[in-house]
Amino acid sequence: MTVQTRIIFAICYIILAPFVIGLLDGFDRKVSARMQGRKGPSVLQPFYDLKKLFEKEFLTANKAQLFMVKSYLCFILLSGVLFFAGFDLLMVVFSLSTAAMFLVLASTSTHSPYSSQGTHRELVQMMACEPMELLVAVGFYLAMGTFKVSEIAVNSKLGVMYLPGFLVGFIFILTIKFRKSPFDISTSHHAHQEVIKGVTAEMVGKEYAYVTLAEWYENAILYGIIGLFFINSNPLSIIGVVVAILCVWFLEILIDNTSARVKWQLMLKLAWGVTIVAAGMNLFLLEMIKG
Amino acid sequence: MSTIHKSPWLLHYDGSSCNGCDIEVLACTTPVYDVERFGVINTGNPMHADIFLITGGINSQNASVVKQIYDQMPEPKVVIAVGTCACTGGIFKECYNILGGADTVIPVDIYVPGCAARPESIIDGVVKGIGLFKEKAAALEAKQKAQ
Ligand code: SF4
Repeated sequence: MTVQTRIIFAICYIILAPFVIGLLDGFDRKVSARMQGRKGPSVLQPFYDLKKLFEKEFLTANKAQLFMVKSYLCFILLSGVLFFAGFDLLMVVFSLSTAAMFLVLASTSTHSPYSSQGTHRELVQMMACEPMELLVAVGFYLAMGTFKVSEIAVNSKLGVMYLPGFLVGFIFILTIKFRKSPFDISTSHHAHQEVIKGVTAEMVGKEYAYVTLAEWYENAILYGIIGLFFINSNPLSIIGVVVAILCVWFLEILIDNTSARVKWQLMLKLAWGVTIVAAGMNLFLLEMIKG
Repeated sequence: MSTIHKSPWLLHYDGSSCNGCDIEVLACTTPVYDVERFGVINTGNPMHADIFLITGGINSQNASVVKQIYDQMPEPKVVIAVGTCACTGGIFKECYNILGGADTVIPVDIYVPGCAARPESIIDGVVKGIGLFKEKAAALEAKQKAQ
């Protein structure tokens, strides 16, 4: 990959990701509403919400919070640029966890009982997801012999053929990452109580807008990783990538609408259980094949 | 053009109501009435809310709570009193602990009468509230520009 293509991909990510993910979010709300027998809002609703949040008065209990929130967004952006410009997958995972630490710092900076509760839950969520995220990077390395996204993407092998267990495990933790029911524990998009709003409970106006934006950028990376399982040197594999991403997107909406929130203990057990079984077996088989 | 009115997030607080009006407010979010088509989200967090929907009267215990919720909401914001209790104190008006309607502690913009207020009239109130929300946003913007 030349420097120019890297820069072009990075710029495309920064400009396009919010539009694409925002729109997916809009369709998400529409499809969810239809599943519940409602008409639902316009597909542009997420953009209206974001714009309004920027226009609202900014009240805050601690000025430092805004700085933390902005740092959160910056680190997510950095991770995305690293990923889409084809750098090291392991670096992307580490940079994402650094970003998550800033979210935790932001939510603890106000001493509100609701955000403290949310922060604890967020930390548990991180604990549930992180092993699988790391293992995905390791899996790609074992299957493709490289951590570089640019090399994985043009490999003659198709990731999903070698890493089906990793894909299953990754899709499982995506429900946690997307903050979808049954794992919308630290903060939820359907929050009728302050405690459910958790980490974002104290984020007002533009702060909440930045967090939403960061979430969109992060989701773009996560969908990108799904895509990485389906891409290879054949240009036609792009179709497979798009289809796979849309299938995962729909699956997450379906899960969101058909399940009730669980306790964090169960979430942790399930996430680690799936990680150990699915990724562990896959890892074992991969080693066997390589002999 | 401002699109602020397309995203009114709603906070519902139950004062000392009989729960009749609360059930009707919740009915608005069900498939039959579906207020989400106007972009309304029923949030539980005053800091994220634009429209404060209050049912039931004010008593000596919840007066400070209502006041605090109102203060925590960032500008621009709209207050809607739903049901006769929230408008005037209703059938509880003469009770020893009741101070009166929501307007005894915070400024109310829109009154939705009825015992219980019907979902149709609540939605009417919310739609009026959304109109007012847009006006208040424009006024706030003009004020900020003038500063
Ligand atoms: S107005 Fe009627 S229905 Fe509504 S809270 Fe008061 S008594 Fe109950």
